[in-house]
Amino acid sequence: MVTREQVWKWLYEVSDPEIPVLSIIDLGVVREVNVEADLCLITITPTYSGCPAMKTIEDDIISKLKQEGVEDVKVNLVLSPAWTTDWISEEGREKLRAYGIAPPENEVDKSVLFAEPPTVPCPLCTSRNTRMISLFGSTACKAQYQCNDCLEPFDYFKCLK
Amino acid sequence: MSALFNYILKIGDDSLILGHRLSEWCGHGPILEEDIAMTNIALDLVGQATTLLNYAGELEGNGRDGDALAFLRFDREYKNLLLVEQPNGDFGMTMMRQFFFDAYRLPLFEKLQKSSDATLAAIAEKSLKETKYHLRHSSEWVIRLGDGTEESHKRIQDALDTLWRYTDELFLQDEHDLELIEKGVVPDLEEIRKDWQKTVDTVLQEATLEVPKNNWTFSGGRNGMHSEHLGYILAELQYMQRAYPNMKW
Repeated sequence: MVTREQVWKWLYEVSDPEIPVLSIIDLGVVREVNVEADLCLITITPTYSGCPAMKTIEDDIISKLKQEGVEDVKVNLVLSPAWTTDWISEEGREKLRAYGIAPPENEVDKSVLFAEPPTVPCPLCTSRNTRMISLFGSTACKAQYQCNDCLEPFDYFKCLK
Repeated sequence: MSALFNYILKIGDDSLILGHRLSEWCGHGPILEEDIAMTNIALDLVGQATTLLNYAGELEGNGRDGDALAFLRFDREYKNLLLVEQPNGDFGMTMMRQFFFDAYRLPLFEKLQKSSDATLAAIAEKSLKETKYHLRHSSEWVIRLGDGTEESHKRIQDALDTLWRYTDELFLQDEHDLELIEKGVVPDLEEIRKDWQKTVDTVLQEATLEVPKNNWTFSGGRNGMHSEHLGYILAELQYMQRAYPNMKW
C-alpha cells in the first residue's frame, strides 16, 4: 500500500501545464491527499474560475499516479477556501523568477477603485523601475509589465487574495 | 421549481451571456492588450457560469448538467439581465456595460460569501477575487475615456445614455428572492444598490460623465422576456449541440 507521503512526492513531479517549471505543489493547488485502502483521493482547488489548466492538471495527476502503479485515483475539486497566491511556495517563487515571470508581490488588500499598480521588480535585471502595460496577460493569472531600464517585457504573476 | 435553482440560474446566465459577448471581441480588440484583457475576463465569466449552472443542475435533480443548461434551453428559459445581452457596440459601449455589471457583482459576491448555502458561498468567495480585477479594469477605462479626448468623451457618454435604462433591472427581485432573503441565503438587492450607486457616482464624477435625466427603464430578462439580441447569441452559442446532438469536443 502506498503512503500519503509517497503520493505527495509523486505529485511534486506533476507540473503546471501553463508554467512547466512550477510543480502543482509549488503552485498550492493540491489541498489534500487521502489514501484509503486502494483508493487515492486528491483534492485540488482552481486558481481562477475559468482556468483551462484545471482539467489538464486533473488528467496529469491521474496519469502520473497510474504510472506509479496506483490504479484507483479520484480527483475532487473544491472552491473553498479559495486559492490565493499566498499559497505559492518560496521555492515556487524562485522558480518563477528564474523562468522570467515576476512572482506575486505581497499586495495588501487595497481598494478596488483608483488603485495604483504594484511596483514589480524586473525578473531579468532586478530594476524596480518598471511599468504595468496591462492588468491582464497571457493567462488569467498574469499581468503584463515592462522594465524601463533593460526594456524587457515580462509577465507578472498577479497577486490574488 | 425551487427558489434557489431559479436564483442560481439568474446569476449563472448573467455570467454566461456576458462572457459570450466579451468573447466576440477575440481578434477584434482595439489594441492587443485589450483583446487579451476582454477574453481573459470572458474566461473568468464562463468559468463562473460553468460552476453556477452545474450547481443549478444539481439542485434541479433532473439529470441536467451545466452544459445541458447552457446549450439546450430556449430563449424564454434564460434569466439573464437585458444589460448583458446588449451588443458590444464600440469599445466604450463594452466598457460601460462591463462597469455597470462589475460594480454590481462585486458587492453581490461580497455578501453572497456569507450565504447560508455553503456551495453558493464558496462560489462567491472564489468569484469575488477575480471580480475585483474586472472592476478595476472597467472603471479605469470609463474614467480614461470620459476624461479623455472630445471624441472619447462623446462616445462613452453615448454609451452611458444608451445603457442607463438597463441598470434598474439589476436590482429587481421576485417573491422567490424574498423567500431566500428571509432565510439568509441571498442578500437584499436594495443593499447592493447602495454600494453600486456609490461606485457609479464616484467613477462617473471622476470621468466627467453625466447620468441621463430620462428615467425610463427596461426589464423582462429575469422573466425570460428578452431583447431580440439574445436569439442571435443563442443561435451561435447553441449551434453545434443543436446540429450534432451530444457531440463532444
